[in-house]
Amino acid sequence: MVAQNIFFYLFAAAIVFSAFRVVTSNNVVHAALYLVAVLASVAAQYILLAAEFVAATQVLVYIGAIIVLFLFGIMLTRAKLGRDQGLTHKHWATGAATALLLFGVMAYALIDQFHWNQTPLPADTRLIAVNGSNTATVSDSMFSTYLIPFELVSVLLLAALVGAIVLARKD
Amino acid sequence: MDDLLLNQFLLLGAVLFCLGVYGVLARRNAVLVLMSIELILNAVSINLIAFGAFWGTISGAVFALFVIAIAAAEVGVGLAIVLLIYRNRRSVDLDDMAEMKG
Repeated sequence: MVAQNIFFYLFAAAIVFSAFRVVTSNNVVHAALYLVAVLASVAAQYILLAAEFVAATQVLVYIGAIIVLFLFGIMLTRAKLGRDQGLTHKHWATGAATALLLFGVMAYALIDQFHWNQTPLPADTRLIAVNGSNTATVSDSMFSTYLIPFELVSVLLLAALVGAIVLARKD
Repeated sequence: MDDLLLNQFLLLGAVLFCLGVYGVLARRNAVLVLMSIELILNAVSINLIAFGAFWGTISGAVFALFVIAIAAAEVGVGLAIVLLIYRNRRSVDLDDMAEMKG
């Protein structure tokens, strides 16, 4: 369990640092690449929580597809490559104050509700209901309990992608 | 500190969420605002999976998968809209889009 804690704090530090660079970097491409670091570290946290299928999906869909979409977006909107001082609003301090206030409220509520060390996660977060792996449990659950939401999500994806093509098509 | 705690994941999610909120508020480039929205969605997914592990249920992971699928749809449509804005105005600076301002 000590090793899990070491890796948690290692990847948490990577997430916080990279996310900070995503929102403060003066270079659009660097921001996209720091976003890759955030998404990969979040996938590592999913593995710590024994959600290995979600971690694999995160790597495939987010890092594989969404980041490529972002890089296409950066190139197609001809964002200035290299340093660009105009990426952050001049009233950024108001946004920072809002975010800090929000974090204060959330941290107070979380520590007040769950305390710091009174809610340990189960020592083994795997669910051994089906074949001893969480992936099998996910698929069973998705095709029985969550079948209708699953079909709705596929229709939503189809509609969104057709809509994206219609919007971006040159007439 | 030898057990993983629920609260350390929730606080990590809170930090990530607030960094995303800061990005949405402070960035001027529309593509960077979409990236900040991805940070917010990831914070939500961390919370879902942490609570799923805490209660010993798989629902958290299933909903995190739904969040990933909807994020993919959102980025597709969002970038198409940004591209359309760029094509019409030659700029994706959010400060320039002030026609609705009274």
